[in-house]
Amino acid sequence: MKETVGTRGLQFNEPLLFEQGSKGRIGSSLPPPDVPTRRPERLIPKKALREEIEGFPELSEPEVVRHFTRLSQWNYGIDVGFYPLGSCTMKYNPRVNEDMARLPGFARLHPYTPEALAQGALQLMWELERYLAEISGMDRVTLQPAAGAHGELTALMMIRAYLESRGNPRRKVLVPDSAHGTNPASSTLCGYSGVSLKSGPRGIVEPSTVASAMDEEVAAIMITNPNTLGLFEEHLLEIAEIVHEKGGQVYCDGANLNALLGIARPGDMGIDAIQFNLHKTFSTPHGGGGPGAGPVGIKAHLAPFRPVPTVERKGDRFCLNDDLPQSVGKVRSFYGNFGTMVRAYAYIRALGPSGLRKVAERAVINANYLMSHLKGIYHLPYDRFCKHEVIFTDAYQQPHGVSTMDIAKRLIDYGFHSPTIYFPLIVKGALMMEPTETESKETLDQFIEAMKRIAKEAEEDPELLHKAPHHSKVTRLDEVRAARQPNLRWRPQSKEVPEVPPGALKGEGG
Amino acid sequence: MHYIPNTDADCERMLQAIGVPSVEDLFADIPRKMRLRRALDLPPPMSEAELTRHLRSLADKNADVDRYPCFLGAGAYNHFIPAAISHLISRGEFLTSYTPYQPEVAQGTLQAIYEYQTLICQLTGMEVANASMYEGASSLAEAVLMAHRLNGRSQVLISRAVHPEYRQVVKTYTGRLGLQLHELPFTDKGATDLRKAKAFLSQETCCLVLQNPNFFGTVEMLEDFAEAAKAKGTFFIVAITEPISLGLLKPPGEVGADIVVGEGQAFGNHVSFGGPYLGLFATKEAYVRSMPGRLSGQTVDRDGKVGYVLTLSTREQHIRREKATSNICTNEGLLALAATIFLSLLGKQGLRELALQNLWKADFAREAIAGVKGYALRFRGPIFNEFVVQVEKRTPSEVNKALLKQGIIGGFELGRFYPELADCLLFTVTEQNSRGEIEALAEALGEIR
Repeated sequence: MKETVGTRGLQFNEPLLFEQGSKGRIGSSLPPPDVPTRRPERLIPKKALREEIEGFPELSEPEVVRHFTRLSQWNYGIDVGFYPLGSCTMKYNPRVNEDMARLPGFARLHPYTPEALAQGALQLMWELERYLAEISGMDRVTLQPAAGAHGELTALMMIRAYLESRGNPRRKVLVPDSAHGTNPASSTLCGYSGVSLKSGPRGIVEPSTVASAMDEEVAAIMITNPNTLGLFEEHLLEIAEIVHEKGGQVYCDGANLNALLGIARPGDMGIDAIQFNLHKTFSTPHGGGGPGAGPVGIKAHLAPFRPVPTVERKGDRFCLNDDLPQSVGKVRSFYGNFGTMVRAYAYIRALGPSGLRKVAERAVINANYLMSHLKGIYHLPYDRFCKHEVIFTDAYQQPHGVSTMDIAKRLIDYGFHSPTIYFPLIVKGALMMEPTETESKETLDQFIEAMKRIAKEAEEDPELLHKAPHHSKVTRLDEVRAARQPNLRWRPQSKEVPEVPPGALKGEGG
Repeated sequence: MHYIPNTDADCERMLQAIGVPSVEDLFADIPRKMRLRRALDLPPPMSEAELTRHLRSLADKNADVDRYPCFLGAGAYNHFIPAAISHLISRGEFLTSYTPYQPEVAQGTLQAIYEYQTLICQLTGMEVANASMYEGASSLAEAVLMAHRLNGRSQVLISRAVHPEYRQVVKTYTGRLGLQLHELPFTDKGATDLRKAKAFLSQETCCLVLQNPNFFGTVEMLEDFAEAAKAKGTFFIVAITEPISLGLLKPPGEVGADIVVGEGQAFGNHVSFGGPYLGLFATKEAYVRSMPGRLSGQTVDRDGKVGYVLTLSTREQHIRREKATSNICTNEGLLALAATIFLSLLGKQGLRELALQNLWKADFAREAIAGVKGYALRFRGPIFNEFVVQVEKRTPSEVNKALLKQGIIGGFELGRFYPELADCLLFTVTEQNSRGEIEALAEALGEIR
């Protein structure tokens, strides 16, 4: 049998920061004070000053570096291996982008620097807005939102302000049942109540479903395209017509834009607003959970409602503009996740129009390649060509008592990150795989081989799968205990603090 | 394209396996009407060398704080960033992983978040902290929403000495949910008016929001406000934009804060033209289930070995959907990691020393500028590393222009947000500003006629 990439590497045990070091150690050096030093209580009233910080780290630089290096070795990242986490677009993060974002002219630029001295930064933002508008077919873009969900919220705020300007903000937002959880949550945060729409038998939203749910109290539909099943919403134009007819707006969750780059543009599908996830489609690193950036593209009628400030060009100068009387206001401090914008800008400039189209094509080929090889071995609920991702289920393995969770955990032993599991919610036992364009055929072949072996193991030795992963730093963790007896911080051992605070367990269920 | 491994020949073989003659067939479900029938109108591709040259040329047009002595703060702070941080957060295992959904292969991220949560609790004096929010202003808005969820009241009392951009964001987030914002004035000392706060506070007040040190750099006497809020069952929320101050100032949790939020950028992250930044969020244990954001919790694996998982996720959007405590998903993980490393390196002693140096330098600068003819201190209260100067002859904007001619980036022009302070500049002094720079600033100010 050919050897797999999964193995047991060197894994060091490493205690918490707070459990090592010793009194008086320090991991940084400050220049000696060059101004008069005074006792702090002479400058600030004593009652506003603190005591020593109990339990705070006392470590030297080598200890800190070793600590975090060891921690890093317990992590799986794209740099380590295949990370087919569906809907997250875990593609390679070009290293040059990291260097560019760290150029002093960008990283060391204060946000309140006079505009005349920040022309390069403003130019980059102005150009990025135009690139994103062209890629999506929208008229304008706000770069401010910090992440995809923040973009959704910002877009809904603009939609609400637009509808308000026409007399009625309305009450409801339609959200297909295959949507990301952020969609309904963003609706609530914007003061709307979400109405769930059933997906049709082919996995896409049917115009008739929208027509029957649509009325004059619906502010917008939030539709993901391609959707979370990896399928293109073929009826989008018709759906948009139905929604527009009743005065509603069409919002597109752009998390899956990777499949459409240079092929089709949301702006040409009747969409009024869409968020971009720069950390997905435009290769900025996910960083263990951020930073991301969630700019929003909009059609001209929504442009007056953008958050302030906007970036404008006057002649050959770039400036920030706060004068937008109908603006929804500010959605965060300053102007957005600028460092993330630099990376996305670099990515777009590196690829150009031909490269971006290639991204979409190769991502779609990779997903369909996985589909064609795993079909029949795993249950494929929607048996048609997919876009950026493909969904399988555990239906063939269930009779052996093997679940999606078992399959996901066993993949770790073979050296792969798990796909997104149990999502979308409408597919029972979903395994959602998004390979992206940055994986080679050989890697996909290895993954396919692992998936086949796991299917075989499911028949022959289900116990092996129940106990997986076997090669990781820890085995499956007790999540129930974590939720029932929350231990969310380290505390000094000497102090008798109850692990479970009284009262913390009441309220909603664990 | 060097980011894409598969060659045309590879694709050919893959398409054969899929059973279609061309890639076009995989897009056949996209109706013609929705297709783009031209190439995107974008600049042509660039090699890495060309790209580097181009971006350097853009970066070079900007006046960064390494090339110019800079006295700007106001929510974004230029502190020294130890070299180890960039090296550690650039490790691919940290940089290129995502939200730790599979804890068995994400123990590094999860333990680091647990350590981060602990550090933020130790600094703020609170009992629980989440894994991060987007940045300070939206973190404050989420805190106000949380207070509203918990006590159902709708009046928000917020000091005008809270960062104006933060107040604007709170307004954006809460306006459409029916909350009303009431602003508290500041006194001649540059502190929030306690008497006005007491007069306003009632059983209807949802929360009282202060910033410490406040936008003018003044250290607020939090205890008095906490007491007044507590008497009315009002949540006391403290926002911190300059968290280095926590090395010296009493933790808000010790003086009765219910929620502490803030901006963690100063902990080892670049000013980066305003983002990405790091939203801090901490509260009391009793409120943990109403808290937004992710939490890492300690537990054990099947062999009894200690490990960490994301926990209490029934609060979150991916489980609770429209009933979630927030819509936040992706947060600022890598910046939280940088903050964790920064705080580990500085440690107990280093953070205090750093805070002291900021205090001393700001005090030195304040005295130096106060001694220059034509400038006066607008407020006399205790400060940490920022202070307000009144310009007597010229306008603040003229002063800043004159300073720029000397190669100095001056203070923040307060008239932008405070009409009554249109003749004032907010100066920020950190450990990065040498005595020489401060003296040059005072001298340049003196030369402006």
